[in-house]
Parts: sequence; C-alpha cells; structure tokens
Amino acid sequence: MKFLDEYQSSRLAAKLAHRISVSSKKPIRLMEFCGGHTHAILRHGIRQLVPRTVELLPGPGCPVCVTATSDLDRAIALARSPEVILTTFGDMMRVPGSYSSLQRAKAEGADVRVVYSTMDAIEMARVNPGKSVVFSGIGFETTAPTIAASIVKAQREGISNFHVLCSLKLTPPVMKALLDLGEVKLDGIICPGHVSVIIGSRPYEFIPLDHGVACVVSGFEPVDILLAISRLVAQIESGQPKVEIAYGRGVKPQGNSEALQLMEEVFRIDSADWRGMGVVPGSGLSIDPKYERFDADVVFADTLELALRNTPVIEPPGCRCGEVLRGVTTPPDCPLFGKGCTPEKPVGPCMVSSEGACAAHYQYGGHPSLLRAG
Amino acid sequence: MRSVMCLAIPMRILSIEGDEAEVELGGVVRRVSIALTPKARVGDYVLLHTGYAIGVVDEEEAEQTLKLLEEIAGFSEVS
Repeated sequence: MKFLDEYQSSRLAAKLAHRISVSSKKPIRLMEFCGGHTHAILRHGIRQLVPRTVELLPGPGCPVCVTATSDLDRAIALARSPEVILTTFGDMMRVPGSYSSLQRAKAEGADVRVVYSTMDAIEMARVNPGKSVVFSGIGFETTAPTIAASIVKAQREGISNFHVLCSLKLTPPVMKALLDLGEVKLDGIICPGHVSVIIGSRPYEFIPLDHGVACVVSGFEPVDILLAISRLVAQIESGQPKVEIAYGRGVKPQGNSEALQLMEEVFRIDSADWRGMGVVPGSGLSIDPKYERFDADVVFADTLELALRNTPVIEPPGCRCGEVLRGVTTPPDCPLFGKGCTPEKPVGPCMVSSEGACAAHYQYGGHPSLLRAG
Repeated sequence: MRSVMCLAIPMRILSIEGDEAEVELGGVVRRVSIALTPKARVGDYVLLHTGYAIGVVDEEEAEQTLKLLEEIAGFSEVS
C-alpha cells in the first residue's frame, strides 16, 4: 500500500540501524512521546535493532492512559443517566474508574456505545432525538480538530442533543512540564507524527532552546522511526540540538492551518488533569462558552454534581501507570506487570489501551517469561 | 478498523461531495470527512484519523525522503 510499504522495507531498516550503530558513541536516552511510537518500536523489534548506547523510553502520549480517574468517573456517571447514550472510542471501555468502568456500567444497563468517529455519534444523535448523545472527548491535538469539526457540524445542522464531555490534552505544555520536573534526564524526543500533522513542528522549538534536548518528528513505520533515531543521534553527537521533521510527507513546520483555526474557534486553553502528572496549567482544551450547549460539563452540571458528590476518586491500588507515563518506571519494573495485571485483566489504563506502554511490552516481548527465556 | 487514538493511515480520494469524500486503501472504500483538509483533491492521499482526513500526503516530500534513504543505504554499502 502506497506510503506505507516503502517505509517497512527491512533492507532500508537494516541500513539505518547500521548507520545508527556506527554514529552513536555516547550513551543517550530518547523518549518516544507517542504511544503509537512505543507500540511500533516494540512490535518491529526496534529496541533490538539499535545499539546499546541508545535507550528508548515510552512517554505520556497515550490518550486513554493519561485520562485522569476523575474524568473516567464523570463519563461513567453520565453513562448511568437514563436520558444519555454515552459514545466513546473502544479503548476507553475497560479502563477502570474509581468504582466501575464503562464496560461494567454497560453490563449493568447503561447505554454505552463504541464509535469509530465523532461522525457516528452525530448520526446517533440525529436518529435518537429523544436522547442526549454524549461523546467522551479524549485525545491530543490529532483528535481535537475532529471533535471541533463535529461540534461545528452539530451547530450547523441544528443537532441540539449532541454533547461532548471534553478532556482533550495538549502535547507541548506537558512536554514542558515533564522537562521542568527533571525526574528523567532526556537527550532527545521522538516527537509525535500525527499530533504534528496538526500543530506543525514549531511548537517544539522551546525544547532545544530552553532544555538543550533534540527533537525529531517521526512517522510510524519502522523506517520512519529509525530515520528519526538516526537524526537524533546525529544532533546529539554534534552537540547541536534542534527541531527536525523526519516525516515530511505528513508534517509541515506550520501544521494544518484549517484544523488549527477550527480548534481556536471551538475551544479555549484550560488546565488539564493528567494521570501521573496531576493538574498541568494550560495543557488542556475546554469548549468555548459560545458553544456551551454542546458542552456536557455545562449541560449536565447538576447530574454530574449529584452523581459524584461524596464519591472520592480512588486510584487503582498498586498501579504504577503514572510513573510509567513520566518515564520514571518501565512496565516490566512494575510488580503487577504480567502477574496481577495483564491485558485480559488489566489493573490500570497502560495495560488496557492498545497504545499503552504496558500492553505493548506485554504483547511484544516485555513479558517476564520472555525476558527470562532471553 | 480500530480507533487507535493517534494513528492515521494514508488513503486515496476517489470522489468528493461537499466536505465528505470516498477514500480507498487496499480495496476498502470508506466515506470520510474532509472538513479539516478543504484543499484535498480527487487522487490525493490523505491521512485518515477517526473518520477525518487530517492532512494531505505531500508526494514530493515522500519521494525525496525515499531518495535520501536510498542514498543512506548506498553509502552504508560502500562503508
């Protein structure tokens, strides 16, 4: 398939890996921000292809994983409301909240439906005029403009029973928070390819300037990722960190201006609550007051207040997902990994989501039994 | 198709009607929104994410990257 197969060439991958081995001298630590990259790196065995000098660390870029337990509790509370059809991306279903999950709420009679796109949720609102269709709006800048487009579409077409429970998050502010925290010393960041399709590469420029950390925007095929690593190694070895794009077929420095305009129209920048990071100012999006009739937090304020009163947020006991998301702990270091916590019976979201670092480690070779065998 | 949150795949536009388009990949045809890529034209490849085209694939850039990769591969063979 065009624009995919060429970047899966094992011949090119081997050449790039060789190039990295030759040019990498000092030990470096790179963080792949995006869960999609973590998944691809483990699936394609890229950790085994690069030399021991290059350490690859998963970051916080898994939307389901970073969604705070309190935000899950709100979605579950709304799902239980009899007038609501709660629509969500599939990955959210099994993530445990404080007391339940969307899947369990559904089994108990709540109307929860998995959709592929916000367009499906709008269609559901159109054919269910007596119900309120709430879309659980999680994600980063990749997803934010699609949600903005759905709100504008609902407005234009007079679909007043479509609402978004918005917990969208922004990438550069959380990168800054992570670097400011300084828990993990990074030499370079593999910047997320599809977030960057929207925001471009310019918002990362503070990273080499203020933190001396190299940045390369990468695509998701193995050759893309190896090319990005090779560029990062070259930058770090030369002592000249900067922002580069190694995914030019998808990413421009200025991003997608139409998508950015639409986001600016529909959202305003707000603080956001991140699993593992807590509340980070300016790292989230909420719906602008002029679209408040589509904002589930406004429309269902009373329902949420009543349902969540006297129900403190309880984090999954023993789960170290928050530390994994900050790069402080690796999945196999968690005492629950592969024992009390598996994809079949996950304790925390990093084992639930297909983009979660724990799920990727479990599936592609981070499992303790494989480590022992190796 | 799984709704993996930040993944997007390149699909070719077959036809356009308003802000929607029919796109194809490996024989699979889907109806998607091109509201975020109003400049996309029939024949373009777009990156599809949760039912929306989020960007148009720059074919020239793609060719340049492949050329560069082949050069790297060539150099490696010499060394």
